[in-house]
Order: sequence, then C-alpha cells, then structure tokens
Amino acid sequence: MSTAAVTQTIELKRLAPGFAAPAQQSQTVFRSALRAFSHPGSVQTLSMNEALAGMRAPEGADPAAAALLLALLDQDCKLWLSPQFAHSDALAWLRFHTGCVAVTQPDQADFLWVAQANELPDLRDCGRSSAEYPDQGATCVVQVQGFQTDDGWTLRGPGINGASALQVAGLGDGFVAQWQAQKHHFPCGVDMLFTHQNSLVGLPRSTQIEV
Amino acid sequence: MLHPHYNSSPHNAASDPAARQTWMALLARAPEEFLEAQIGILAQGNLQWLRPVETGLLMAQGRAGGTGMRFNLGEVSVTRCVLRPDPDHTQCHQVGVAYILGGSHRHAQLAALADALLQEPTLHSHWDQHLLRPLSEQICAQAQQRKAQAQGTRVEFFTVAREAGSDIQDEDPS
Repeated sequence: MSTAAVTQTIELKRLAPGFAAPAQQSQTVFRSALRAFSHPGSVQTLSMNEALAGMRAPEGADPAAAALLLALLDQDCKLWLSPQFAHSDALAWLRFHTGCVAVTQPDQADFLWVAQANELPDLRDCGRSSAEYPDQGATCVVQVQGFQTDDGWTLRGPGINGASALQVAGLGDGFVAQWQAQKHHFPCGVDMLFTHQNSLVGLPRSTQIEV
Repeated sequence: MLHPHYNSSPHNAASDPAARQTWMALLARAPEEFLEAQIGILAQGNLQWLRPVETGLLMAQGRAGGTGMRFNLGEVSVTRCVLRPDPDHTQCHQVGVAYILGGSHRHAQLAALADALLQEPTLHSHWDQHLLRPLSEQICAQAQQRKAQAQGTRVEFFTVAREAGSDIQDEDPS
C-alpha cells in the first residue's frame, strides 16, 4: 500500500522561525514530554525564555504543541494534520524545520496534530500499532481549551500514586469511551498529549480513565 | 561546469530559478573577504534566523572517468543557513539560503544575505553589478590561471596497441 504523502512547495518568504538554539531547546521540550508521560495528568509548562525562545508558532497553533512537534519529529516521521491545519502554514513550517512527511490518513501517521479537540479522529483509526509492533502506535498532540487538576476524570495507572484528577476542556463525550475501549488491545493503542497555550498534559496508553 | 559564467538577463532575473542557481553557486565559491568587503556591513541589525548556521557532513559521490558507476568518494563538510535580513537596514524582504563547502559560518551567513538581496527586484540590478559580475570575473580568471598552470605540465602518453577488431588472418601463420 502506498502512503499518500502531501507535497507542496514551501513558501520561504512567509515562514516563521523555529527554535533559536535547536539542540538545547529540543532537549528541554523532550524532557517536558518525558515528564508529562511519566506523571500522567500532571501539567507541564514550557518556559517562554528557555524552551520556546525565538520560536514563533504558526497561526492557530499552541506554542506548546508546535514546540513538541518541532522537538519530536524528524525526516522519518509521518504526520497527519487535522483539517484546520491541513492547508495552513503549519505544515510548511514543520516540513521546513523538521523534514517530516505529511500523510492524508490518520492510520498511516506516527504523529497527529489536532487543532481542536472536536477534530480528533476515532482513536481506532490512529497509528499503525499491531501485536508485533505496538510501538508504532500514534502520538496525538491535541490542542484543547484548558485543563483542571482538581476535578473531572479519575486517572489511575503507572506513574500515578493512587489516583489523580484531570479535566480537559473541549473534549467530546466519545473520547472516554474510545479510550476505555483501547485498553482491551493493550499494549497496542495511542498516546495523547493535550496542549493549551504553553502547557501540556500527557496521557499514555497505560493510564485508565474513570468518569 | 565548475565555474559558471554569470550571464543573467536583466528581465525579471530576480525571480528566475535558473539565475538564482547560478548566483548561489557563485556565492558559495566566493572568497569570504570579498563578500565581507561588499556586504559585511549589511549583516547587522535585527536579522532573523530561520535556520541558524550549522555545519554537517555530506557524502560526495563520484564517477571514475566521469562515466563509471557512482561511488562514495568521501564526506565533505557543508555549512548551511537560512535567514531573513533586517528590512529596515537592507530594504530587503526576501529570505536567503546558502549552502557552502567547508565550515565557515560567516561565509554561509554572507552568502545567504547576498541571496536575499539578489531576490529583491528593486535591489537585484545593483547587486548584480557590484557583486556578481566582479565575482564571476574573479572566479573565471582564477580558473583560467589554474588551467594554464596545469596545461604547462601536461604529458601526452602514446602507446602502440593493436587495433581492435583486427582480422585473425592478419597474424603471421608460420
């Protein structure tokens, strides 16, 4: 099966800058992603002066989401963009700075960048994880309208001492059902990174959500 | 063609990809001191890096005699950058790209700056006159001189070889 890669000429004149110091900043952002996944449900904030220095995110993008993808992607990564991003400067910006490949189907992607929670595709259609290669599941970077850690869902699982609370604003009702359904296929599944402005929250596939 | 003669038509040369290829090749071969003297002063102000200067390795490939199979000749260091010059300082609103052989960050920066200036239609003819033409002449003169030097030491080899495809009956049967 051939992958439908999106190719379009990059208009340099309109391009925004990426990290000012790529090596240090992508390590700082990677560290935050690592913390977010090892303490699911905790809010990590990227500092404007360190992790995000010099970077100008494309229009409609959360700085945290843009920085995460800038740090995580390289030329071997396949990226799916939600409709709001598909024909914006976001793709040109990421392709120039990371060399990633854009695909048109979420089931071919390693990373998904979702501009609004309601554009999130069905989790069963994301990524290519299989019993032989569960590591090929997708990482979804979803921009949401905010988080609260004192109310909402109860999270349990590795990295959480007992239970913790998380509320994600703007996520549809179908999400929790899809999330609970994917635990039957563990270790297959997708991992989520929710972002809002400069903050991010990780939700690895090992975390269980109780409503 | 190692040393392209710069020969662009003044008509919309600023946006012609072929002309741009030629001037980028010239700028990559330009002596750093020359670029510094011509445009060094413009590489100031609020210059925006889209891709900061970085040096890496590229595998150079060759063909034996220009016709054989491609083989990996060896790695060469290449420095590249992409920048947007300060528009107030340079009157230029373009983005310049440079890839040069070697590790000189300043050379890459100046070559990218010159690339941006040459893409600006209002500035193109000025920098065409003051940067590309002298540069082209200088590089061509250098190439001529090197060629003349090499020609002086040229040795012609002659061998006596049996012509290919000769008839077997030509050989002495006795």
